[in-house]
Amino acid sequence: MADPMRIRAQAAGDKTTVRVLMSHEMETGQRKDSAGKTIPAWFIQEVTATHNGKPVLSAQWGPAVSKNPFLQFTIKGAKAGDKVAVNWIDNKGDKRTDEATVS
Amino acid sequence: MRTIVVSVAVALTAGAAFAQQKSAADGIAEYRKMLEDGNPADLFEAKGEELWTQKRGPKGASLQACDLGKGPGVVKGAFVELPRYFADTGRVQDLESRLVTCMEALQGFNGAEIAKTAFGRGEQANVTALATYVAAASRGLRFNLPQAHAEERRSYEIGKRVFFFRGGPYDFSCASCHGEDGKRIRLQDLPNLTKNPGDGVGFAAWPAYRVSNGQMWSMQLRLNDCYRQQRFPYPGFGSEATIAVSTYMGVNAKGAESIAPAIKR
Repeated sequence: MADPMRIRAQAAGDKTTVRVLMSHEMETGQRKDSAGKTIPAWFIQEVTATHNGKPVLSAQWGPAVSKNPFLQFTIKGAKAGDKVAVNWIDNKGDKRTDEATVS
Repeated sequence: MRTIVVSVAVALTAGAAFAQQKSAADGIAEYRKMLEDGNPADLFEAKGEELWTQKRGPKGASLQACDLGKGPGVVKGAFVELPRYFADTGRVQDLESRLVTCMEALQGFNGAEIAKTAFGRGEQANVTALATYVAAASRGLRFNLPQAHAEERRSYEIGKRVFFFRGGPYDFSCASCHGEDGKRIRLQDLPNLTKNPGDGVGFAAWPAYRVSNGQMWSMQLRLNDCYRQQRFPYPGFGSEATIAVSTYMGVNAKGAESIAPAIKR
């Protein structure tokens, strides 16, 4: 099971800034280990975000995204107390969902 | 009239050169500022917090009874007073060696085995995460290492000698790079560690997340790599020499604000 994400959602007027820090190796599949063997690719492939259960963001990621990625986006019309959930699935089928409350 | 024009031109060139020099350091500062908001050290801090309360090891105990110098279980403020003397082990210990002592005494782990493990592997990775958590609990506090015990003063003196000790194929010492102001390695400015280098610089910045390799670096690993760069043999994990150098830097940094866990290029 993957390590938890850190999600912060801050409302300012009509806009809410959501900042997400994910814990993931993000192996490109281009690197070799000390024995010269290729390290298999292992990266987050799909990211989705929901606001009170309604999808607000969906993204397809690839091996170009850094290790322990940081994602920031803004959503319109969220209020303090609303729930923002972020979900990712990697190319090995491992997944993780975490939720935060808008403040 | 002509002389005036010439002097203006000279002043302009000098100004441009100065602006360029400033922008290199400024650029790095800006880069750090941008990364600060999403410092992945937070992930290690969360992991360390979980490890602190989790029942683990052969004895199936948590670390909540661990004494980091401010009494059993007190985490806040412990980081800015380490290394210090511990009566139960009879020696001066830094944060990481103390954590290993607790893992051995409370949880039943083999401390010597952990010390031999490479950084970032197995239980050693957990020690780094725990150190990140403990350091983060003292964020914003100011360094104030105790020097009341004779062993603590002895550690400082040893640390000072180790810091200035030259050797290896390059005939380097820590002081070669960190002994005066204004030195740098490639584009990074190096702090002068013979005095208080300021808030959040040097000893007050580690553990830190290294963006370039995506690793969390503890103070012990930072020192280990400094010795690698000097082409010295690797110092032992939690050895008296590394703790003494930490004491030397920590005491010098008295009054500096801790920003650990920081983020580095």
